[in-house]
Amino acid sequence: MKALAQNALDAAVRRGISYADVRVIEDRERHVSTKNGKAGDVSISSSIGLGVRVLDRGCWGFAATDDLTPDGLEAAAGLAVEIARASAVAKKHDIELAPEDRYIADWEAPCRIDPFSISIDQNLDLLLAIDAELRREPGVTLAEASMNFTLTRQVFASSIGSVIDQTRCVTGAGFAALSYKDNEIQKRSYPNSFGGQHQLKGYELVEELDLLSHAPRIAEEAVALHSADQCPEGAFHLILDSSQLALQIHESVGHPIELDRVLGSEANYAGMSFLTLDKLGKLRYGSGLVNVVCDARAEHGPGLGTFAFDDEGVPAHGTDIIRSGLFVGYMTSRETASAVGERRSNGTMRADGWARIPLIRMTNVSLKPGAQSLEEVFGGADHAIYMETNKSWSIDDKRYNFQFGCEIAWEIRNGKRVRMLKNPSYSGISTEFWNSCAAIAGPQYWTLWGTPNCGKGQPEQVMGTGHGASPSRFSNVKIGSAYE
Amino acid sequence: MNESELLTRARSEKIFGSVQKAARAQGVPDIEVMIAAGSSALTRFANNTIHQNVAERGAYISVRALIDGRTARANSNRFDPESLRRVTQEAIAITRLQAPDPDLLPLPRPQPVANVHRLFTSTAAATPATRAGAVRDAIAIVESGSLTAAGIYSTNQSAFAILNSAGLFDYYCETMAQFSITAIGADSSGWAKESSCDVSALDTQALARRASDKASASAQPADLPAGRYTVILEPAAVLDLVGQMMADFSATAVEDGRSFLAGRPHEKLFGENISIADDVYYPAQSGAPFDGEGVPRKRLALVEGGVVGQLAYSRQAARKAGTEPTGHGLPLPNEYGEAPANIVIAGGDSTVDQMIASTRRGLLVTRLWYIREVDPYQKIMTGMTRDGTFLIEGGQIAGGVRNFRFNQSLVELLCNVEALSAPVRASGEEAVDMVIPAMKVNEFHFTEVTKF
Repeated sequence: MKALAQNALDAAVRRGISYADVRVIEDRERHVSTKNGKAGDVSISSSIGLGVRVLDRGCWGFAATDDLTPDGLEAAAGLAVEIARASAVAKKHDIELAPEDRYIADWEAPCRIDPFSISIDQNLDLLLAIDAELRREPGVTLAEASMNFTLTRQVFASSIGSVIDQTRCVTGAGFAALSYKDNEIQKRSYPNSFGGQHQLKGYELVEELDLLSHAPRIAEEAVALHSADQCPEGAFHLILDSSQLALQIHESVGHPIELDRVLGSEANYAGMSFLTLDKLGKLRYGSGLVNVVCDARAEHGPGLGTFAFDDEGVPAHGTDIIRSGLFVGYMTSRETASAVGERRSNGTMRADGWARIPLIRMTNVSLKPGAQSLEEVFGGADHAIYMETNKSWSIDDKRYNFQFGCEIAWEIRNGKRVRMLKNPSYSGISTEFWNSCAAIAGPQYWTLWGTPNCGKGQPEQVMGTGHGASPSRFSNVKIGSAYE
Repeated sequence: MNESELLTRARSEKIFGSVQKAARAQGVPDIEVMIAAGSSALTRFANNTIHQNVAERGAYISVRALIDGRTARANSNRFDPESLRRVTQEAIAITRLQAPDPDLLPLPRPQPVANVHRLFTSTAAATPATRAGAVRDAIAIVESGSLTAAGIYSTNQSAFAILNSAGLFDYYCETMAQFSITAIGADSSGWAKESSCDVSALDTQALARRASDKASASAQPADLPAGRYTVILEPAAVLDLVGQMMADFSATAVEDGRSFLAGRPHEKLFGENISIADDVYYPAQSGAPFDGEGVPRKRLALVEGGVVGQLAYSRQAARKAGTEPTGHGLPLPNEYGEAPANIVIAGGDSTVDQMIASTRRGLLVTRLWYIREVDPYQKIMTGMTRDGTFLIEGGQIAGGVRNFRFNQSLVELLCNVEALSAPVRASGEEAVDMVIPAMKVNEFHFTEVTKF
């Protein structure tokens, strides 16, 4: 793979460009799912290809191919240069890159149990056992369970002399119970929706999740929701579990801090951001309890955004985003860092495979744990609504007005659950919401969740991102408007 | 052109022959092969300049084995003899690990598939220079209105073949071009998008003018309260919203109890002016005229005069229901069965201008965004307006308004349609392209207002 990368890079450099980088990616995937007592999608996939990105005449060009012959590499390099030169007809200024060092590195993410060493029939045995447990509950009309494993090796080579070889293994697993009854569909998932939990781990993640033991409770809750009261409308104290809070971070902090979005690159599709440049260092984004970091380093944990180098060859960074409530940082790239007065990129450029260019993407954007106990989070308000597990999510194209729905909620009085509530939802404005943060549980309750389905870019790219959070309480949140 | 240079019929047969030989060597006679090849290019612009410009070329093979009521799939993007042998062996190996499924059907036999020609030389021959030139001209139109342009211009070609050891061989190729543009002002924006198999049918400059006009006309937006409004949804807004319910017309989804049509067969759920078909052969449609098992697609009357009609059936779902498959099955194995793929909503005799003129007070909506399901059975969807939302007063556009969040049941929406335009091929960002009219809808439910 290193030779392929070098040959493609040489083919680009020979054409007289000012900068080039190449990523050769080989990946292997397995997907196993079950539905109502039968195997569902059982498939394996492998692919290899490369993408050549060049900067020529001040413009970017990119071409990707799965033709790895010498002719294929030449054609891809030639096309990338042709595209860059064509771009120059509508150029307003030359692109300039922040400086970066040359790195020669090999990095392999920790993976204790190779998931591909576990046989597919073992995967199916566990999923079918979960399935049977879910359907043991009368009223469960649909049981679904799945596991996904992806092993990716990427070699990055650039014209400044970097050669970086990284291998990452991602595992995901989870299940859901649906109950259809009396013109109502209710659903519960474990450990999260979106196919469960996803981390930069091997099969050890499946073991840690202890899926089977949670199936009876999840099935029971799915059915019990039919007879639960409708979540009330109004302004309430809101407590979120860590998985829902992770998605709240993703949508109302993670996307707004993408500097390419702020600068208008995504205006036609994903949109822009309310976090205009004048707000850096001035905006009171959250209450004093709120501290958010964007951290791709291994010490942050096994997140979907953990790596050693980003897809521009920039080392993994940890960057403060919100410090004691104050907005202090964006996610940047080599092209955009100078727009916020930074000399270097903070390493957030990531691409969805070999056929796509890197874009600024969330790495692990996490809310740092607070100092409070779970009892203080739940008991700190006389009356609150506690919501768990995302069901729907929507936010405007500047990332200001959001609405989330959750699978289940409970009314909390004096720290105790007093009744189950169905169809819970809440809505608000990003900065108002984070400024209402009144309690954050401590590190022992903090989980680094994986969001495997983050979309951005044209052509669209899907990326896995990490978000650490612990259960937290917010004041005076608008609840229930989805069912007004 | 009815064959793509990316993947010819002859090459498809040759690849299948190699796979079949490898499978027989393993003692497996029943095999299905899907081969796809694609070449795509996209020129992207923002801040009045081309900022991303990409091209990709690739292909994959997908091999499915059937062994004693078991099936599984292996995929690869390598086509050398050793890789073809390996992917075949992998498919066979994981198939043998399955438990038998008594409902699994044998491979389908060949059936006649209608020829659909949607591969245009004009699109296939587009170059980086032709796209860049069109983008430059579109930017100039937007800039001339003191606005900022962002958008994409893409041209793609794809070919797909499915072959099986029962003698089935279906082949399809098409080209596709898309142009979308957002014009951005100080406190407003406008958007326009079209797609076509034939790039020469796209009037990129007209789209740039439409986006610019919307941005200019929506400047200094007024702050209106949330509530129920009469809305005129342009075709892209209808597409992205109504498109969210079409997967529910799957027999498997109904059987599984995850469709809002569960327990509602042949009910009159919508207004009498709502008729929805699935029709891959409709002239403005795109996509293959056969499904993931190679079964030819039939035209389906999903809704007629507001009454729920036919559902889509895969072979397996059809066998279970004692009916015929409709050619909408997804590649096996899967959990979802089937899905409509080529929606055509019948139109009316109104135009958007007539709808505006007939509205005393209401809103004109260009585009919707981030649409997600709140309630799967009431089919309540939430989302935002975006890039051109206007107040209508006294039959005229009165100006732009701040964007709204909606929470709207699609069942209720399609009961409240007062007028429809002629259907057009519409392209949005939240649902696949469909042939769809603009709609004037009463009592549309906006629940919140955002700050821009």
